[in-house]
Amino acid sequence: MATQVISANRLGDGLVVYMTDGSGWSERIADAHAVTDKEAGEAAMAAARAAEVARLVVEPYLIDIDESGGERRPTRYRELIRAKGPTVRPDIGKQAEL
Amino acid sequence: MYLYDAIDQSLVDQRVEQFHDQVRRRMAGELTEEQFKPLRLMNGLYLQLHAYMLRVAIPYGTMSSHQMRKLAHIARRYDKGYGHFTTRQNLQFNWPKLEEMPDILAELAEVQMHALQTSGNCIRNVTADQYAGAAADEVADPRITAEVVRQWSTLHPEFSFLPRKFKIAVTGSPRDRAAARVHDIGLIIKSDEAGAMGYQVIVGGGLGRTPMIGVTVHDFLPKRHLLSYIEAILRVYNQAGRRDNMYKARIKILVHALGAEEFIRRVNAEWEAIRDSAVDLPAGEHDRIAAFFAPPRFEPLAKHDALFARYRLEDREFAQWARTNVAPHKQPGYDIANISLKPEGGIPGDATAEQMNAVAAIAERFSFSEIRVTHEQNLVLPHVRQADLYDVWQTLRSHDLATPNLGLISDIIACPGMDYCSLANARSIPLAQDISKRFADLKQQHDIGELKVKISGCINACGHHHVGHIGLLGVDRKGEEYYQITLGGSADENTSLGEIIGPAVSYDNVVDAIETITTTYVGLRTDGESFLDTYRRVGKEPFKETLYAAH
Ligand code: HEM
Ligand code: SF4
Repeated sequence: MATQVISANRLGDGLVVYMTDGSGWSERIADAHAVTDKEAGEAAMAAARAAEVARLVVEPYLIDIDESGGERRPTRYRELIRAKGPTVRPDIGKQAEL
Repeated sequence: MYLYDAIDQSLVDQRVEQFHDQVRRRMAGELTEEQFKPLRLMNGLYLQLHAYMLRVAIPYGTMSSHQMRKLAHIARRYDKGYGHFTTRQNLQFNWPKLEEMPDILAELAEVQMHALQTSGNCIRNVTADQYAGAAADEVADPRITAEVVRQWSTLHPEFSFLPRKFKIAVTGSPRDRAAARVHDIGLIIKSDEAGAMGYQVIVGGGLGRTPMIGVTVHDFLPKRHLLSYIEAILRVYNQAGRRDNMYKARIKILVHALGAEEFIRRVNAEWEAIRDSAVDLPAGEHDRIAAFFAPPRFEPLAKHDALFARYRLEDREFAQWARTNVAPHKQPGYDIANISLKPEGGIPGDATAEQMNAVAAIAERFSFSEIRVTHEQNLVLPHVRQADLYDVWQTLRSHDLATPNLGLISDIIACPGMDYCSLANARSIPLAQDISKRFADLKQQHDIGELKVKISGCINACGHHHVGHIGLLGVDRKGEEYYQITLGGSADENTSLGEIIGPAVSYDNVVDAIETITTTYVGLRTDGESFLDTYRRVGKEPFKETLYAAH
């Protein structure tokens, strides 16, 4: 199975966030808690759903990532854009702020 | 311009209060996302790729400088300093916070703005010809009809839960600038030989997954029957439209399934029952609304201004802008000035807060404080004295708002695509930017002439690709961005749907493909023949050959 992390949007401001080790949430994908097997993925999703009930985030889901280049990158282009910001505005979004 | 009465204002104020409370309950955990989502959508708030997105209604694309300044303020205070004008004549903010939404809506309500009817399966904001009240070829001002329909449709209890969204467009000119034939209902105002006003009523047009051109269900509906007749249409749709399959729920599918004849029969049967009831607007009420759209106090002027003529002779850049971006006005000595939101390499439809304020200031000085938004994602100053055009142009130019490219290849419609939209297959905006950079040479653009490129990032067709002279549709090929090319579409009075000309091309090959298409056209055209006319004459084969031969 591909390495995965959980992503969602934060309830209050809508920004893209990733679930960290301690079931916290970070705007940086680098901080995310990675899982590599199905059970760990399910456990992580259960924690994420609890965070949804606790009104921290909306619509959490697992995304595939690739860590081979030393930097952690989502494999799907859509997720890469979420992790960085609009490709047409390098001056805004995570790519500019983090 | 239409000004709210006490009823409109209290309706909008109540909605702000309601939503304030709903947001509070959501943040406090009294509402789940599932419960909250339909409520936020009813207030124009979507959740997109990076953040929430707020769609602000600009009914029939008309707004005042005062409202524009408010949008600029919201962009600065609550967003990232810009907004995106869309093909629905709306404005979208890409980064609003849920926590601040009640404040944003309250600020909008201060200037009689809101986000009603920007989402959901209701009658959406009515769109209209952006040259309303100004165009030289206008039969009647479509804003009066649009406002009548707005008042009738806003929070209409019977039509708040239709099978699917419902879009109405109105034009009052024989030249269709509102894409009336690709809306659920398109209304074209006409006058008969005796000078009486009526509507050609077109139903069942639409884009999306199943593009269709609407069919005329009434050639000349007398003006007074407007509301009862469209109510009859909506009733037939509300009862018989499919609710089991979202993709088959638009009225176009119903019209197609029943056949135009049967559909018209049902509408007429329904209409018989209500046509002489209280649904139609009393004449007095119509006149009251019409009074809001009375022409501004034009000065009596000569038909052609000498100064305007002189500046065009002396300043070639100005002359070029005047040729593409200025349109004839019905009032002697006045013209319509189009503001292109498509600078070379820019994002179609985006405007910074600074630009919004600049446009507001120019409108105040030179256009009776009126501004229009076009479905082609540009802005319009509807009433400018010819004598002022040179000043207007210079001021616009200092804000990068004077690109002389209206209707040319770089005046592209592009949906937000994968840069912002969670439904996208591929990006739209960077293609528009690359095309406008490739054709940066204005001389070349002018030589190519009128050419409408329209780009959508997925089959929902928010970028109107089906009706682009050249249409691009983003598709996902094993995770790679590919684009299907259609040719020969058009959204004007001779509406046609583009034809797919061959296999989709990869992102990196799109701009070359566009250049191959334009080169092929230039080689084929007869003297003065536009791209669309050439395409209609020769068909797709020659384009297919040059495009795919090399690959
Ligand atoms: C970014 C969030 C957006 C979402 C989620 C979205 C969603 C959709 C969907 C699902 C449809 C298909 C509806 C159907 O055929 O029943 C659609 C159609 C359409 N949308 Fe959007 N859209 C978005 C942005 C826009 C923007 C920015 C514009 C204006 C530029 C726009 C204008 C339209 C138009 C003109 C159509 C097609 C015409 C029609 O069939 O009614 N949308 N949109
Ligand atoms: S066409 Fe598709 S990608 Fe573009 S805005 Fe509409 S839903 Fe999003």
